[in-house]
Amino acid sequence: MVLQTIWFFLWGLLWALFFMTDGFDFGIGTLYPFLGKSDEDKRIMINSIGPLWDGNEVWLITAGGVTFAAFPTVYAVMFSSLYSALMLILFALILRGVSFEFRGKVDDPRWRKVWDTCIFIGSFTPALLFGVAFANIFKGIPIDHNGIYHGTLFTLLNPYGLLGGVLFVMLFLVHGALWLAIKSEGDIHERASAIANKLWPVLLGVVVIFLIASRFSTRLYDNYVAHPAFFLVILVTVFALLGIKFFLAKKAFFKAWFASALTIVGATFFGVIGLYPTLFPSSLSPKYSLTAFNASSSPLTLKIMLIVVILFIPVIIGYQVWAYNLFKGKVTTDDLAHEEAY
Amino acid sequence: MDVVLLSRLQFAAATMFHFLFVPFTLGLSFLVAYMETKYVKTGDETYLRMTKFWGKLFLINFALGVVTGITLEFQFGTNWSRYSAYVGDIFGSLLAIEATVAFFLESVLIGVWIFGWRKLSKKAHAAVMWLVAIAGTLSAVWILIANAWMQNPVGFTIRDGRAELVDFFAVISQKFAILKFIHTVSAAYVLGAFFVMGVSAYHLLKKKNIELFTRSFRIALVFGLVFSLIVVIIGDLSGVIVAEKQPTKLAAMESLWETTTRAPVYLFALPDEENEKNKIEIGAIPGLLSLLVFHDIDAEVRGLNAFPREERPPVLITSFAFKGMVGLGFYFVLVTIIGWFKRNRLVDSPKFLKLMLLSIPLPYIAIELGWVVAEVGRQPWIVYGLMKTSDAVSPIAGSQVLISLIAFILVYGLLGATGFYLIYKNAKKGPEPAVN
Repeated sequence: MVLQTIWFFLWGLLWALFFMTDGFDFGIGTLYPFLGKSDEDKRIMINSIGPLWDGNEVWLITAGGVTFAAFPTVYAVMFSSLYSALMLILFALILRGVSFEFRGKVDDPRWRKVWDTCIFIGSFTPALLFGVAFANIFKGIPIDHNGIYHGTLFTLLNPYGLLGGVLFVMLFLVHGALWLAIKSEGDIHERASAIANKLWPVLLGVVVIFLIASRFSTRLYDNYVAHPAFFLVILVTVFALLGIKFFLAKKAFFKAWFASALTIVGATFFGVIGLYPTLFPSSLSPKYSLTAFNASSSPLTLKIMLIVVILFIPVIIGYQVWAYNLFKGKVTTDDLAHEEAY
Repeated sequence: MDVVLLSRLQFAAATMFHFLFVPFTLGLSFLVAYMETKYVKTGDETYLRMTKFWGKLFLINFALGVVTGITLEFQFGTNWSRYSAYVGDIFGSLLAIEATVAFFLESVLIGVWIFGWRKLSKKAHAAVMWLVAIAGTLSAVWILIANAWMQNPVGFTIRDGRAELVDFFAVISQKFAILKFIHTVSAAYVLGAFFVMGVSAYHLLKKKNIELFTRSFRIALVFGLVFSLIVVIIGDLSGVIVAEKQPTKLAAMESLWETTTRAPVYLFALPDEENEKNKIEIGAIPGLLSLLVFHDIDAEVRGLNAFPREERPPVLITSFAFKGMVGLGFYFVLVTIIGWFKRNRLVDSPKFLKLMLLSIPLPYIAIELGWVVAEVGRQPWIVYGLMKTSDAVSPIAGSQVLISLIAFILVYGLLGATGFYLIYKNAKKGPEPAVN
């Protein structure tokens, strides 16, 4: 019981960390065609996440791996039923990853244009589809007692699912714009800051609509009504969201980014708490839902994995923070002159 | 369309493509770390130029290895969901440990290495590459433990209709895993070494950057020689354990149909799976197989006919892949030994250099063949003796898999072409000129 509950929330935490870290990479990649006017702008955008994106993406692999290890049935049913959506995400991530490495390797505008397009597609697609997928999980997926999915890719593109997609895209756009504002100077910095200011009210609107729509499309609030203390999580998230604007007005970009990170973690936990103990609810019948209790690994595996996670996650966070700290400071035109820059 | 076949093709395409880049990364990271360490110790700029030149090729590869690795992890869920649910308790935890313990370190530090030239001291920067190299090999440890478990499942019990872990230590310490790890990783190091030797040979033939490429060649030569020997020796030991744990694979590898004492090794055999015999057998060496796998020339080796048809792997593919791999393995030992005697007069050995240049693709072929032997030879099982591949597949429509398979082929095809073009271009261009 206790082990499974711990793992349920660890599962949520790992997804939250993935969205928090790779989220600003997705945001920058999506803003890329709009903010990157000149080649120099574009390179500043890429290099602002250059040393970090790869490590950020590993949170996805860890979240996936932990789903596999702790809740194998969920891993099996979730990824086979979301087959097409997940494949699209994976191909998008492939394009994004190689684009950074390939773009600068041949000095030809057409070559760069190809990879510029790939950076946008490779960032926007996962942002949108992760939102669509998670909103559908909040809502329930048409799976039967054998875990067989009765639907198609288009089943997922229902209004609430799409709203989830828009929410994720907006969260990541603001997150990315703030990161770019931290990491750049001059004209591109001004534009990043301006776009964050412009997007914030839209994000606020989408969040409000999403919170209301969740009341009607999901049963997430049941846990909150049963344990009102959990409303604190929503409250903190909303405060963090307001905090973004507050710090943005003061041009305290790092604090604004931090508030944005907290908003993303809070938004993820809003769903995770609402879902508990269900990881993958069936919309056909609650009996078919996969929960932390009917879909988990054996106690021995959960214990071993817990030891691994307790030992290593703090270490990972330690060296990742060290890496972030090593590359703090703005990406300048001078930095782009070095041969290793993307 | 048949979901099992399509899913197998897709997994094969994804793995074999991934496996074009990962072995290179594993091997090159140690070589680059060594070159950078030499630079730190001697202050000799040539070593720095070497580090940057090989480092650049390493990074192109690394990017391709990383992005194609993610699809693999998720394919167990998308395409092999019944397998995942059945063995996730054991197999899933090994993959999760790989990500947490090893791959994370590698991915964070590679960014540090690429961008950290001016942020870190020289020593620290070199140390980062050593850590990248160690983390890469550590990743391989966990992946190969997971694969070894599919070959020879241990440390589990069947409870509630699935395999559950009972002895973690047995899973991670079984002999199959240890041999598989050493064999595969050594093969990866050989691949890296042959790449460095081959590209160096090209530039030495052109008489360009002679000092730099002679040094590169020699470093790779030692590395390649040592690990070529290890690959062959451990490969031989692996035969023993395959004979014991996977008799159908062994029989298919050797194209042996009848159970016999003094079982022979055929230099060439063309199996006829329909009629359960070999169509052509050339150069039988009596007793060699018995001797190799049981250390007794008179030992009995079970042939394929001792097993029901539906439990035999595809014999033609397995045996040809095996023979090809073994032949190439011996070739690598031979040419690295020749190289050892020519190491002080490389520039004056154009024929040998040409041979090494042409040998670049061979370890790639060998390592892919090795994968075929391991995976095709395990069929019809996904977990040997425990679960059939046909029972492991996701309950999804074949059309869905067909579309994703076509997408894989297109995307990976373009990616591979681009990747190898960039590697070729940069390898040919050579290092940046020395700054004085």
